[in-house]
Amino acid sequence: MEHIRMPKVENVRLLDRLSSRRAVVGTLYLTATHVIFVENGSETRKETWVLHSQISSIEKQATTATGCPLLIRCKNFQVIQLVIPQERDCHDVYISLIRLTRPVKYEELYCFSFNPKLDKEEREQGWKLVDLNKEYNRMGVPNNYWQISDVNRDYGVCDSYPTEVYVPKSATAHIIVGSSKFRSRRRFPALSYYCKGNNASICRSSQPLSGFSARCLEDEQMLQAIRKANPGSDFIYVVDTRPKLNAMANRAAGKGYENEDNYSNIKFQFIGIENIHVMRNSLQKMLEVCELKSPSMSDFLWGLENSGWLKHIKAIMDAGIFIAKAVAEEGVSVLVHCSDGWDRTAQVCSVASLLLDPYYRTMKGFMVLIEKDWVSFGHKFNHRYGNLDGDPKEISPVIDQFIECVWQLMEQFPCAFEFNERFLIHIQHHVYSCQFGNFLCNSQKERRELKIKERTYSLWAHLWKNRADYLNPLYRSDHSQTQGTLHPQIAPCNFLYKFWSGMYNRFEKGLHPRQSVTDYLMAVKEETLQLEEELEALQERLANLQKSQSGNNKVKSRQQDRSKQFGLYSSNNSLANTPQEYSNDLKSFPSRSPSQGDEDSALILTQDNLKSSDPDLSANSDQESGVEDLSCRSPSGGGCLPSEDSGKDSDEAVFLAG
Amino acid sequence: LLRSSQPLTGPNRRRCREDEQLLGTILDEGERGFIIDTRSAQAAKQARMSGGGTEPKSCYPQWRRLHRALDRGRPLQESFARLVEACSDPALSMERWLARLDGSRWLSHVKAALSTACLAAQCLDREDCKVLVHGAEGTDTTLLVTALAQLILDPSCRTLEGFQALLQREWIEAGHPFQLRCARSASSHARGKQEAPIFLLFLDCVWQLSRQFPLSLEFGEQLLLALFDNAYASCYGTFLCNCEKERSLCKVKESTHSLWAWLNQPEERHKYLNPLYSHNPLVIWPSVEPQSIQLWQGLFLRWIRPSQHLDEAWEEIQRLVEGN
Repeated sequence: MEHIRMPKVENVRLLDRLSSRRAVVGTLYLTATHVIFVENGSETRKETWVLHSQISSIEKQATTATGCPLLIRCKNFQVIQLVIPQERDCHDVYISLIRLTRPVKYEELYCFSFNPKLDKEEREQGWKLVDLNKEYNRMGVPNNYWQISDVNRDYGVCDSYPTEVYVPKSATAHIIVGSSKFRSRRRFPALSYYCKGNNASICRSSQPLSGFSARCLEDEQMLQAIRKANPGSDFIYVVDTRPKLNAMANRAAGKGYENEDNYSNIKFQFIGIENIHVMRNSLQKMLEVCELKSPSMSDFLWGLENSGWLKHIKAIMDAGIFIAKAVAEEGVSVLVHCSDGWDRTAQVCSVASLLLDPYYRTMKGFMVLIEKDWVSFGHKFNHRYGNLDGDPKEISPVIDQFIECVWQLMEQFPCAFEFNERFLIHIQHHVYSCQFGNFLCNSQKERRELKIKERTYSLWAHLWKNRADYLNPLYRSDHSQTQGTLHPQIAPCNFLYKFWSGMYNRFEKGLHPRQSVTDYLMAVKEETLQLEEELEALQERLANLQKSQSGNNKVKSRQQDRSKQFGLYSSNNSLANTPQEYSNDLKSFPSRSPSQGDEDSALILTQDNLKSSDPDLSANSDQESGVEDLSCRSPSGGGCLPSEDSGKDSDEAVFLAG
Repeated sequence: LLRSSQPLTGPNRRRCREDEQLLGTILDEGERGFIIDTRSAQAAKQARMSGGGTEPKSCYPQWRRLHRALDRGRPLQESFARLVEACSDPALSMERWLARLDGSRWLSHVKAALSTACLAAQCLDREDCKVLVHGAEGTDTTLLVTALAQLILDPSCRTLEGFQALLQREWIEAGHPFQLRCARSASSHARGKQEAPIFLLFLDCVWQLSRQFPLSLEFGEQLLLALFDNAYASCYGTFLCNCEKERSLCKVKESTHSLWAWLNQPEERHKYLNPLYSHNPLVIWPSVEPQSIQLWQGLFLRWIRPSQHLDEAWEEIQRLVEGN
């Protein structure tokens, strides 16, 4: 708390991005972990909570007559515009926030103070929810071709790799160690995905330190071993996910790529995905488009094109498609690398796995996928997402891009994923929130040293507990889209890539469809289930009653007034629907921006226990609420009035009342 | 909500007492009304040179005029043709695709049409003011605005029956010249002067509404596609000719079948219904921000993108709702 100069400021105004006329007045609080804005006056005391970890930048703008504006931009794309009356207060808040959002020690992060009130065993169980050993077994390894190696058990070979990796049977410890010396950051080729059906595999590594002419026997043997582990094919693909020019430039620095002449039986392939700096700039440009006030269609499309963002997303997807094809259709193993093998390699391997294996399209499977290809293989979460204050050049939206690829696939294949868009958005949110320990540090080694599992909680357990919110109602495990490999259209397909306003305009609810088909269908599904259960129960009861002869003929027919339920649903929806400013002429209109519904839903991150200002109770503050009140999903049981057209519904239950 | 064509003010600023009286009787004492002119202020002024014009403030004191320029005619047809070209070009890179999508300006037209309709609706609903809409002829952008405004405001227009009635009233009987406008569509090189996809623009706007309010329209995309098809080439007489007079002269009602009759047959009807529909009594205000307006893939990419997975999703939706 020593960094907080001003824990509380009153009479602060929170402006709406789209309509500067609409502002709410309240009190601003600064705590060790959050910035909190509490609205004055309104009966519900609306609160906006923002984790310091989520804050990407703070901008102090020129003081005007109304006060001193402060613009807070978040990593989850929320943008908060505050106006603080006194310049001095604003400056103090600004300085405090600068320090608070640049932690130097891990212990400053929220996950170490977050307390969801679970006991030690529950915490442990939470961490055990995703078990990579089980996952490799599920894939079918170890087997005749692949074995587990503990050569890295003390992180002695590669400190960014996990302690246990899978390698081909013919790769001895000597070969592994030799190969690791010839690879950038010692990241030697290891198994990412094994395809039981045809023994093809996806392996990953970093670039070889080949320079212009260097060779390494063990590294060449390693690639041969990978090839031999797939008897069905006499060559492997080596995929370098960098643009050719970058890879060639690396050769001058003593690194580079595999020479087909030196490595027997490889087919080398460049798939040009740009580097982290290009991606960082691309996202920046796209966010600038999102911040435009009243952009025209042209402004928006041009801005989108200029950012190049969708082009990059497509490049990642195309790489994943190439690899999935190689494995599934050609039965050829693939070795993937980029420069250091922890960014583009992770993206491409996980997209390919998702396309190949329907398990990764289930909720559990997706968590496993992220644990495997991102967490265990040493993706540098700290550097990329700024857990701690560090080099801004290391920051890049790498996992965001992967998550977007998944969303793009969900749009093309609506029945294929067990989870919905909200699941993806919440995962992205937590990559930055540091509320849970999963995405801390840069490697498994660092996480173990910090004893993350003993001191923090697992996101996966939290999401799993709330999985009902994340289900896709269209998913059926026996549907054709959920079987086997997914085949996205290759070309032409540019038009299939859409701008993800659910993510990049997440907090501007007015921009999105005002009615959620997902939520509606989930409610329908639930109700159907309940009706069926009830029907069963009543039928049983009927059978029992019939058995026990009764002369009593009183019959009561129970009707579910279905339309009433869904009418409730849609009318709650409509409350959030108010017109935006369609015209500047009509100043007398009480017009509001699309981002503000009557519920002021855009900026709410509320929790149920509002009264206390204790941040530890904000267990749910990460959840995006302000979603329409689904309490009308009431069980279809309960006293409903019999309706006029009682004859229609065939599912009605008739029972004899004793 | 009223519609008309432009007043024939002409270069000599002619007046017409009857016209002023007519518009005067619509408003009560002291009440204010809005005239939404779908031409730019400059275009409306220039129209005087050829005998047209606008309502001068001095003669129509209770009416306030707003200009919202909506493209019609040749520019709209060009826009349509460019979009269709961009969609059918397989070799485009992502940047070229976005550039050509932008260059076609089709989505800008959608945004402008929806905004103007919302403006009209806002005047009526929020300001409680009467609105008169006209462009030049009153047969194109005028109908676009009035029909959309009613969809936004009136839940009864969002039912299958109500929507058909809306089309019949606001497009067919109101005299949109279908025969001239929907002659050859986008791929034709012989582009007639009168050809313009205004009706398609309307259907696109309706589709945007259905995307933003997926539970509030009783009909689905299939209906909109069927209407698009039938406006250009049809087995039915509903969209024939350019106005009621022509239809009467051609004895359309006696010699052809009605599209509505066919659509409303029980075995056909269910194909056009939206399984997610539930009556929404409120006004539906769409967002016209660029992020909210999307390319109508179901129409423009109809023959280009595979729809199998999306069809399966719709079947699943139907299954879930019917199962309930």
